[in-house]
Amino acid sequence: MSEREASGAGALDGARYEIVVGLEVHCELRTRTKLFCGCPNSFGDEPNTNICPVCLGLPGSLPVLNRQAVEYAMRIGEALHCQVRPSIFHRKNYFYPDMPKDYQVSQYDEPINVEGWLELPAGKRIGITRAHMEEDTGKSTHMGGAGRIGDATHSLVDYNRAGVPLVEIVSEPDIRSADEARAYVSELRAILVATGASDGKMEEGSLRVDANVSVRPAHSATFGTRCEIKNMNSLRSLGRAIDYEAARQVDVLQAGGRVVQETRHWNEDEGRTSSMRSKEEAYDYRYFPEPDLVPLVPDEAWRESARCALPPMPGERRRALAEAAGTDPASVALLVELDLDGLVVEAVAAGADARIALNRAANEVAADLEGARRLSPASFAKVVSMEAAAKLTATQAKQVLAALLAGESDDPEAIAARRGFEAMDTTALEIVIDEVIAANPEPWERFKGGDPKVAGLFVGQVMKRTKGKADGKAVTSILRERAGGG
Amino acid sequence: MSGGGALAIAGAVRSGERSARDVVEEHLRVIEAAEGDIHAFNLVLADEARAAADEVDRRVAAGEDPGPLAGVPVALKDNLCTRGIPTTCSSRILEGWRPPYDATVVERLRAAGAVAIGKTNLDEFAMGSSTENSAFGPTRNPRDPSRVPGGSSGGSAAAVAAGFAPLALGSDTGGSIRQPAALCGVVGVKPTYGGVSRYGLIAFASSLDQIGPFAATVAEAAVLLEVIGGHDARDSTSIPQPAPAVSAVLDEGVDGLRVGVVRELMDGIDGDVAAHVSRAADALSAAGAKVEEVSVPACVYGLTAYYLIAPAECSSNLARYDGVRYGMRVDADDITAMYGATRAAGFGPEVKRRIMLGTYALSAGYYDAYYGQAQRVRTLLIRDFENAYGDFDALISPTAPTTAFAFGAKTANPMAMYMSDVCTIPSNLAGHPAMSVPFGTGDDGLPVGVQVMADALAEPTMFRVAAALEEAAA
Repeated sequence: MSEREASGAGALDGARYEIVVGLEVHCELRTRTKLFCGCPNSFGDEPNTNICPVCLGLPGSLPVLNRQAVEYAMRIGEALHCQVRPSIFHRKNYFYPDMPKDYQVSQYDEPINVEGWLELPAGKRIGITRAHMEEDTGKSTHMGGAGRIGDATHSLVDYNRAGVPLVEIVSEPDIRSADEARAYVSELRAILVATGASDGKMEEGSLRVDANVSVRPAHSATFGTRCEIKNMNSLRSLGRAIDYEAARQVDVLQAGGRVVQETRHWNEDEGRTSSMRSKEEAYDYRYFPEPDLVPLVPDEAWRESARCALPPMPGERRRALAEAAGTDPASVALLVELDLDGLVVEAVAAGADARIALNRAANEVAADLEGARRLSPASFAKVVSMEAAAKLTATQAKQVLAALLAGESDDPEAIAARRGFEAMDTTALEIVIDEVIAANPEPWERFKGGDPKVAGLFVGQVMKRTKGKADGKAVTSILRERAGGG
Repeated sequence: MSGGGALAIAGAVRSGERSARDVVEEHLRVIEAAEGDIHAFNLVLADEARAAADEVDRRVAAGEDPGPLAGVPVALKDNLCTRGIPTTCSSRILEGWRPPYDATVVERLRAAGAVAIGKTNLDEFAMGSSTENSAFGPTRNPRDPSRVPGGSSGGSAAAVAAGFAPLALGSDTGGSIRQPAALCGVVGVKPTYGGVSRYGLIAFASSLDQIGPFAATVAEAAVLLEVIGGHDARDSTSIPQPAPAVSAVLDEGVDGLRVGVVRELMDGIDGDVAAHVSRAADALSAAGAKVEEVSVPACVYGLTAYYLIAPAECSSNLARYDGVRYGMRVDADDITAMYGATRAAGFGPEVKRRIMLGTYALSAGYYDAYYGQAQRVRTLLIRDFENAYGDFDALISPTAPTTAFAFGAKTANPMAMYMSDVCTIPSNLAGHPAMSVPFGTGDDGLPVGVQVMADALAEPTMFRVAAALEEAAA
């Protein structure tokens, strides 16, 4: 079976095939210490400095479960609308040099969180099969060869990450496109950050995504054979990998072939997936209950406190903002993602115009998130209100906002006054415009004749005469009026 | 050996009557004289023991409390981690490895003033019943050097029997303390699962392993259990309770106690051994206990269940000996070949046999029929014991089916060797305490041990029965 050319990986024949994706997201928990020992859980330290007999799996050492990790796992479960249940740990047995015990302590058939869902900003719900706890492995660097263990001359292993707590969130195969997969991960990331459990940093490996991808003829009721794709390290590569893989599978099917169930490796540089191991070569993990740990049975009080620790999730915040601003939740996703929804909601509550508030927040404020931290909702409301009341032109409002974001002052009126901003009333503006028209008879004829190139000349002249105090939009609209009326 | 007995030594050292250093020197002399014939130790800690004894003497001189086991030499099974001191499990695969930490029991012994005098021989990774599976050669039974000392804690049992140390620690997964105690004629105790911290005990089968005492007498074993027992936050399976107070109840007698003789554990037992158990039952009866035969039906499945659960857990526990981080490494062309070559060279035949058994028992498609079924037997056994303990305060049986056997007698037939633990395994599967008490010698002149079993955390009752048997045997 020929591999699809990387360059030829285009869009799927959407009319004939449907993509089916389920995602497995590994989330490192932001605990102070590791899952089973007191070593610091910290990224980027000197290799093999955050280690002890327990996370090195030295003979005779025993694990003790980290309470904070359980707390975070329960918060994630609650935030994903899961049933949070009594659970046990299993051992997942396989040999790999970055796994100190040659088994991973994980949860298997009795995980802590099951049967939840996540709502995408567009409104679709993606089922969550489970969100279970497990320990991370160390990190191998294979030297020589192509960077994989098979052809390496030697390998370096850093055990700082060994034993870092993870929650693995497994979705149902409810995702139907690369875009939806990206939206899912992006939303999940926001939820994980909101719970306090994760820093959400994909580039540092705090969030790692594997994708189970299959294709099936449109309207088919059964799933196709899936491949598990690994090694995507950004939302962009996730999308590319899914599109590539789906197209590859369609190629296989259209050539009369059969998709083989296997694990495939995404190569970002080549833009293609390649086979890592087939189902036949798959490990038999020989799961059995971890005898060194006791069942995890959080009492109701603990679960309640995990629930109470949760701030509003992104979905709720989008709904709250959309309601306050009179728009739809999907259109305000970015503001929530940038954590600017509170600013807008409070400004609107203080009487600011919702449309202008959304606009200024999404553009000027979003462009300076650093400055946004010192912008008080009251001053933001004030500057929006001044613009809405035409006390400031749009240009002036942007300048006042910039000064607020720069920390010049937190009083919009003082800033406006200092700059001599006072909006012109329409009559005064009309007089100036008429003067400019009178001074430029020939261009005015061209303007009236519909030549758009001369519009700039008139606006520029008006601005010059008003020293920039005129509102550009108002000038344009008056010019149109005059042209139409003449 | 003079001045014997852990309690007498501790008393003399605490009162300043004797120096701990003197006690250590005396025991080192005994070891030097006889260790060549017995081979109880993988390593004698002469210098370390002298230094530890000097520290005890300093504490005594400074008027500090030197602890209840002040100056008492203790032999440690060589699967207990000792900081900076080789800990081998009698396996080549751990060659050169020195643990960077002490097991909890080792810390507690030191705090109690005890002096670690050596690391004792064992069947490799505690897998065996004769100490013949040691990579460093077998230990001989001090009662008859042509016989095995039992196992897997054969070195610890022999060390106490030979007077190398008044006390020793072993580990018991299916009888590895009690069976060698019986064969060497000493007292050996397997506490309730979770009663003694496993932190620093190199795992064989985690859900069955327990550390426990060896001593010449029940009273000495009681003090040692009190020192090493009690909750340890580093072991999640440790019971959150203090060590059971057993010394205080030893002279309470057995008047009114109900003691059952387990019928299923009298089957297939050497006639002479069985006769000793009957005499033990009579002795308890004479001391005022109400003794009757009792059936614990699931005991007959114990051995089979054990030989699925223990290998399954060991196949996982021993995976880490892969040549990557510590111990032996046999270099090869790639990582998989290195794993294979290292493990082929590092593990002995019995360890390999159990890893293979356990790997198979956990395999996809077989799990339920083997490991799953064995766990159900375990549940059944616990229920049967529960029924028995509804009617009885303690149970007795032989500790081992025979007295000490000759070297090589069972090495060719693993099943025959496994049968050595038929009486001891049920307590491990149930998590209950059990101990072996010497009760006379057989027609062959070798010691016979009687096993006393009790319900979880019922060590005080178990020790009362053991003390009564000891008194009757004297």
